[in-house]
Amino acid sequence: MTELKDRVGEVIEASTTDFVAQAYELYQLPPLGSLVKTRDEPVELYGIVYHATTGSLEPGRRPIARGRDEVAEEEIYRSSPQLLKLLKSEFSALVVGHREGDKLYHYLPPKPARIHGFVYQCRPEEVREFSQSFDFLNILVNTRLPVSMEEVVAAVLRQMSQAHEDPHAFLVAAGKELAILLSGQFSQLKAILGRL
Amino acid sequence: MTDRLGIVVSGSLEKGVEVKLDGSVSVEDMAVGRYVTIEGQRQRFFGMITDISLGVSDPRLTLAPPDVSDPFISEVLAGTGTFGVLHVLPMLTIGGDVASLIEGPQPVKTVPSHFSVVNLASQRDVELVFGGEDERRFYIGTPLDMETKICLDLPELVKRSNGIFGKSGTGKTFLTRMLLIGMLQKSAAVNLIFDMHNEYGWAGTSEEGRSVKALKQLFPSKVAVFTLDEESSRRRRVSTDFVVKIGYDEIEPEDMVLLRQTLNLTEPAVEAIYQLRRRFGRGWLEQALELPDSEETGELLKELSIHESTFQNLRRGLATIRRLPFIEPRAPDNPVKRILDYLDRGINVVLEFGRYTDITAYILVANLLTRRIHAQYRDRMEKAMGEDVAKPTPLVITIEEAHRFLNPEVASQTIFGTIAREMRKYNVTLLVIDQRPSGIDAEVMSQLGTKITCLLDNERDIDSVLAGVSGKSALKSVLSRLESKQQALIFGHAVPMPVVIRTREYGSPESYRSFVSGGSAESREQADKDIEELWG
Repeated sequence: MTELKDRVGEVIEASTTDFVAQAYELYQLPPLGSLVKTRDEPVELYGIVYHATTGSLEPGRRPIARGRDEVAEEEIYRSSPQLLKLLKSEFSALVVGHREGDKLYHYLPPKPARIHGFVYQCRPEEVREFSQSFDFLNILVNTRLPVSMEEVVAAVLRQMSQAHEDPHAFLVAAGKELAILLSGQFSQLKAILGRL
Repeated sequence: MTDRLGIVVSGSLEKGVEVKLDGSVSVEDMAVGRYVTIEGQRQRFFGMITDISLGVSDPRLTLAPPDVSDPFISEVLAGTGTFGVLHVLPMLTIGGDVASLIEGPQPVKTVPSHFSVVNLASQRDVELVFGGEDERRFYIGTPLDMETKICLDLPELVKRSNGIFGKSGTGKTFLTRMLLIGMLQKSAAVNLIFDMHNEYGWAGTSEEGRSVKALKQLFPSKVAVFTLDEESSRRRRVSTDFVVKIGYDEIEPEDMVLLRQTLNLTEPAVEAIYQLRRRFGRGWLEQALELPDSEETGELLKELSIHESTFQNLRRGLATIRRLPFIEPRAPDNPVKRILDYLDRGINVVLEFGRYTDITAYILVANLLTRRIHAQYRDRMEKAMGEDVAKPTPLVITIEEAHRFLNPEVASQTIFGTIAREMRKYNVTLLVIDQRPSGIDAEVMSQLGTKITCLLDNERDIDSVLAGVSGKSALKSVLSRLESKQQALIFGHAVPMPVVIRTREYGSPESYRSFVSGGSAESREQADKDIEELWG
């Protein structure tokens, strides 16, 4: 079911609520808000990409500017091919649910992800199945993230709506769910709806 | 279309329950006065929408309104952040088990539990509550936005006195005419109608000036038209059955008491009437008017201890009465006996006043006749109780401008006040028609069994009509929002719960046919002929 080309990285840090994965290729990151999964037999963990970074492999060594004599940006990488090996792209995903056997659960799995677990990007049919229920929005809304919650929620819904036949109906249904979750915080709701 | 409206979110038995509308239902499609059913866990509730309001989940929404020009945002917020709230007054419960199905709907004693589903009432529900048309029930109109027939149980209705209220021009007369037809067909009662404006006997006019048929034309064998003004009746080509003349000797002091206000009599003048009656006997009125301005008269007045100015005041009043053309020194026939003859034969009597629409004439005649008829009924009823004789046919007396007879000052003295209070003991009840119900004595109002009211917009009138009704404040908002035509609120004895109706159509040939279809073959033929004439 899951193919090699859907593989986007490998878990390098994990906790109950989220995991960090390193992308196999520099800059080949899953988009913000996309649904990814990793396996810890027999459980499959689902996460939502909420943050990504690209930086030096070694924490103490910062990249320096190199393009002064180059005509195009691409030339920098061509003239210094080692750069691709000295830099890395990482992304963080918030765990929003898991699957055990045939059943999907929209709450936290019993254990965190395994280090070196492969991370796959979910396919549209899987996204569709997962977004049948909006229970995951509750986790997103109530977790403190380094990125503003409104941005992430809006990105998630935009991403998911693409997998649905009627994106508008999906967004309206999700919006109604949010309106209930954020019934006392109209300004946040307004910010999210404005980004959809 | 699904009929689900929303769910119950809060409320109390007294104030009614609040229903949060689903996002898919627009408040603009709702209307006060409409019926809903609430599916409780064990029983179904039947109620009426009494108010509609708007709710928001976050007060900030009202302070900084969202951009509703964006259809997406308004769609998301509909039913979530912003929602409609219905205020529903539960009125009846319909139990789910067999026993309660037989018993029928019962008055509510509790409220539905939280989050019970609320639906628009279906035709079947309404029929279950109000019953279909049958030999007892008379179809009077339909609920708002529904085709179901609302029927009144007429034998039950005439057991109490009833009232029809409404501002002028709201359809009181049409409603009364219709109710009279219903009574004529379906109740065992006979009617005596004091028809001030000549609208019930032969023909009336609609607001647009169209002539509409009245009782005698539709039911010639069941209605007799009596008139006080033969000339006017003849001009209007009404076939009358009897011309009412009243003799001086028939006027009793009690008949004068009611006229105190209209004739501008002083309190001592009314006292003087009694003294004159004692002195002169039955011919008191004639003799009092013919007393010359002589010394003997002065002596007489002194003897009776009537002050001169009091006597002049009284004489002016009596002269007004004498000027009424239907008052004669000697009446050729006894109108009371004639009316009773007809009533005994089960024929309804409409008394037309012709041109004498003056309130003095109306009060005098209505009071005079009713007092005597009531006395007769009382005697017969007492006889029926003592011996094994048939009781007299129930009688319904229709009076217009009822506040003149039943205002707090005179209600305790007039026969109408007595009838309204002692109700059906003597088989006589009232149908009062009035546009200023606040002018009617509160005690009388509270005795009215069923009240039918068209639009009223005076606060005091509304209060007096609704006095003592449960859910008064809720009904108030319904009442003041009735349309000015063809709509009425009915509540009381003859209906299981208050109901707003669009009254049945009256005035077209089809409507006449539908009215007489319950009547005799003769009148049915007549209606058919009318339709042929109309459509050629």
